[in-house]
Amino acid sequence: MEDISIYIHIPFCTSKCHYCDFASFPGKFHLVEDYIKSLIIELDSYKDRLKNYKVRTIFIGGGTPSAIDGKYIYRILEHIQKNFNIHRQMEVSLEANPKTLDGEKLKIYREAGINRISLGLQTLNDGILKKLGRSHDKKDFFHSYDLLEAVGFENINVDLIFNLPDQTLEDGIKDVTSLVQLGIKHISYYSLIIEPNTPIYNWYHDGKIKLLDEDDERRLYHQVRAYLREKGYNHYEISNFAYNGYECKHNLVYWKVKPYIGLGLASHSYFNNRRFSNTTDLKEYIQTLSSNSLPIVEEEYIDKKLEIAEYCILGLRLIRGIDKREFTDRFKFNIKDIYGEIIEKHKKNGLVVEDERTLRLSDKGLDLANLVEVDFLPD
Amino acid sequence: MQNRKRENIRNFSIIAHIDHGKSTLADRLIEKTGMLSSREMQSQVLDNMELERERGITIKLKAVQLNYKAQDGEDYILNLIDTPGHVDFNYEVSRSLAACEGAILVVDASQGIEAQTLANVYLALDQDLEILPVINKIDLPSARPDEIKEEIEDVIGIDCQDAPLISAKEGLNIEDVLEAIVKKVPPPGGDPDAPLKALIFDSYYDTYKGVVCYVRVFEGTIKPGMKIKMMATDKEFEVVEVGVSTSKNILVDKLEAGDVGFITASIKNVKEARVGDTITDAHNPTAEPLPGYKEVVPMVYCGIYPAEGEDFNSVREALEKLQVNDAALVFEPETSAALGFGFRCGFLGLLHMEIIQERLDREFNLNVITTAPSVIYRIKKSNGEVLEIQNPTNMPPATEIEYMEEPIVDASIMTPTEYVGAIMELCQNKRGKFINMEYLEETRVVMHYELPLNEVIYDFFDALKSRTRGYASLDYDLKGYVKSDLVKLDILINGQLVDAFSLIVHRDKAYERGRSIAEKLVDVIPRHQFAIPIQAAIGSKIIARETIKALRKDVLAKCYGGDISRKRKLLEKQKEGKKRMRQIGSVEVPQEAFLTVLKYDESK
Repeated sequence: MEDISIYIHIPFCTSKCHYCDFASFPGKFHLVEDYIKSLIIELDSYKDRLKNYKVRTIFIGGGTPSAIDGKYIYRILEHIQKNFNIHRQMEVSLEANPKTLDGEKLKIYREAGINRISLGLQTLNDGILKKLGRSHDKKDFFHSYDLLEAVGFENINVDLIFNLPDQTLEDGIKDVTSLVQLGIKHISYYSLIIEPNTPIYNWYHDGKIKLLDEDDERRLYHQVRAYLREKGYNHYEISNFAYNGYECKHNLVYWKVKPYIGLGLASHSYFNNRRFSNTTDLKEYIQTLSSNSLPIVEEEYIDKKLEIAEYCILGLRLIRGIDKREFTDRFKFNIKDIYGEIIEKHKKNGLVVEDERTLRLSDKGLDLANLVEVDFLPD
Repeated sequence: MQNRKRENIRNFSIIAHIDHGKSTLADRLIEKTGMLSSREMQSQVLDNMELERERGITIKLKAVQLNYKAQDGEDYILNLIDTPGHVDFNYEVSRSLAACEGAILVVDASQGIEAQTLANVYLALDQDLEILPVINKIDLPSARPDEIKEEIEDVIGIDCQDAPLISAKEGLNIEDVLEAIVKKVPPPGGDPDAPLKALIFDSYYDTYKGVVCYVRVFEGTIKPGMKIKMMATDKEFEVVEVGVSTSKNILVDKLEAGDVGFITASIKNVKEARVGDTITDAHNPTAEPLPGYKEVVPMVYCGIYPAEGEDFNSVREALEKLQVNDAALVFEPETSAALGFGFRCGFLGLLHMEIIQERLDREFNLNVITTAPSVIYRIKKSNGEVLEIQNPTNMPPATEIEYMEEPIVDASIMTPTEYVGAIMELCQNKRGKFINMEYLEETRVVMHYELPLNEVIYDFFDALKSRTRGYASLDYDLKGYVKSDLVKLDILINGQLVDAFSLIVHRDKAYERGRSIAEKLVDVIPRHQFAIPIQAAIGSKIIARETIKALRKDVLAKCYGGDISRKRKLLEKQKEGKKRMRQIGSVEVPQEAFLTVLKYDESK
């Protein structure tokens, strides 16, 4: 039986953070019940197609999945357990906001089968948290962490963002060292992306907030990377660090170009050589499913050439890089057969390193990954 | 019968500064003489090409025959010969004026005499034409016709007592102009039985007929079937058609001394029917050609190269097609290490160059790269050889050069007095030599300067307009060559010389130009993995330097299931962008770099 992964989107939040451009919104909790019902209908539409698949990972993201009542999460996961084939060591992750967790909810999560929690911390600097429009402070974080430990969760990820407005290099490093001290097993360390149509975009372009200059931004990333490596973390993807064995299996599915189904508002799927995605309009999502249609709005066919390109582009995000033998097993020819020249070019430029088994980005290549990736696209 | 007929012919042209109303008046005259009904008329009917209509300028001449019944009851034939108004085409203007006996001088009642008013008047006086002043735009609240009349009398010395006061736009007093033409413009002379002497004052290529020549017959008669000879080229042709242009072209059985019309003679190329040349009877040629014929000489050159993805042959074919109808356009193939195979093209001036560029884009849909416009320099080598070069890359090494000469122009700048200081500063900056300044009226002057042509074609017109808030006007004429301390300025990208950017400049200007180009390139070349030095050099000496910082970060922090399509599309766009780059050593230079740095943007 082949493996499949499922992503579930919960778009509800208590407030909108100032840098967020996801499909998420506050103030719509009255629609949660209808939304979950729609999710179940959407799930059921896959029953047939996934007959011969085993669910290996589930990821519940958002929005703030932990902002809604725990019973809804339980309901969804129960439905999956009852109607689909389940892998014995299925990884089930849920994104949570530190302010929305309590003992009760966590117990429900455990019973529902969740075995991994991803906490959106961003930073331990309360001033910056406020500026970002986050609804929690660092006390809430420590409190949730204690709760999680108490209830028995030990596969925990914490999200950090660096290069935040007003954040100094020292601040940035302190965020990381604190988490390491706590023994957090998985850290996602993201450079801030300023997205259009967000308040922070306007502030930045109006000069109201300042960010680190390019050199310092890289310096911070390099320092943190070196520090985490030194502390025994496996730097396994550009922005992801974990103790061995605690790498996020769900996300690895994306980077290894394996199939996944996305359920819920604005979610994306990759299945049977097609990438497709759902509407970003909540009303449309609910209505379409209640009339027994699928809320898919975009779809594209990924032919072999594109699949190979995506495999390389995403594979290079993994620090270990592309496994040449895995490439040959999957595509039935040598990676050097089509990308030989490009590989040599980037090796010469010092951006790519090749050894017997793998092809990966050098440390410099990790900073300039796009320059390498663009060459892997078909002409 | 014939004599009286010739007595009732009036050959005239309309001359004016840009936007003073020349074309509108022409329209009104055509309208008034009933040639076309207002409904049938397209505004500015004499401006043929769409391009010209857009820019409001006339480039190609046409002659139109109007029939007018005057107040004295007689029928008159008025041949209106249209002329280009721009300084680039002075030669064409002078030849069309040579075909006339009179010129209507249109002056804007609020603006008064401007640079090209005078320039055109001088051309008309050169041809001994009767000049009829007409004051236009009297409908405007700012019109001051009496002052302008006085200005004309003082500056040009023409009596304006009877000058018609009109508004071409409103159609006011147009009849007065027609009467003035009939009364004041002398009828043509000439003997229809003498050996043929006809002036070609314009020609254009027609796909079916070959070249159509607009002619003014001075002596003799021209008929279909005649064997004619072009006196400048000695080429002979047989006349196929003879005609006149009214609202359309109509054929006639002959054109006699005093007449204006057109002929066709299966002529394949406009180069064989040159403006200013004399047509005579091959079997009974006239002794002397008409005076004033000149070989057109290009003044401004630039390189035209096919852009990335464009085909060399398409560019060549397009230039060949344009040349068929443009005797002044010259071109020959050349190569550039940076841009590949292309052409070095010669033009009468910047306007001519821009028109050709736009026509390549508009009519032929071609994407081309043009290098900086340059002029012809003269080099005296130490071995005695004299070279004329327009392509900087053809300049011999400095050690072989004894001295160099550059073309200079006589420039007249008309301006309100408040801008005199700013203009003096500008001209000084442009290595100008002040000649004199005259007052046109209390608040307006004309300043005469000698300026190097290569300064005039680089940024001068823009700067003049912006420093005088658009009020100054410029006219210039080639004066000659003077010795000059010129150097070849080279641009190096990452240590590699890019010949497409090379320039010949005056030594004093080298640093400024070099810096300006380097700065533009820093803006327009994307950052690379390594730092890119941009240098300006004279010979081996670096005189200016800018650096494009190395790219430190180009990576996407987050890429999960929902980001993959978007990320891939962004990379695809990047890849597309790279296709339009030119590789110069290890540096990818976008096409825009050539355009931004080199394109002369007169329209700014």
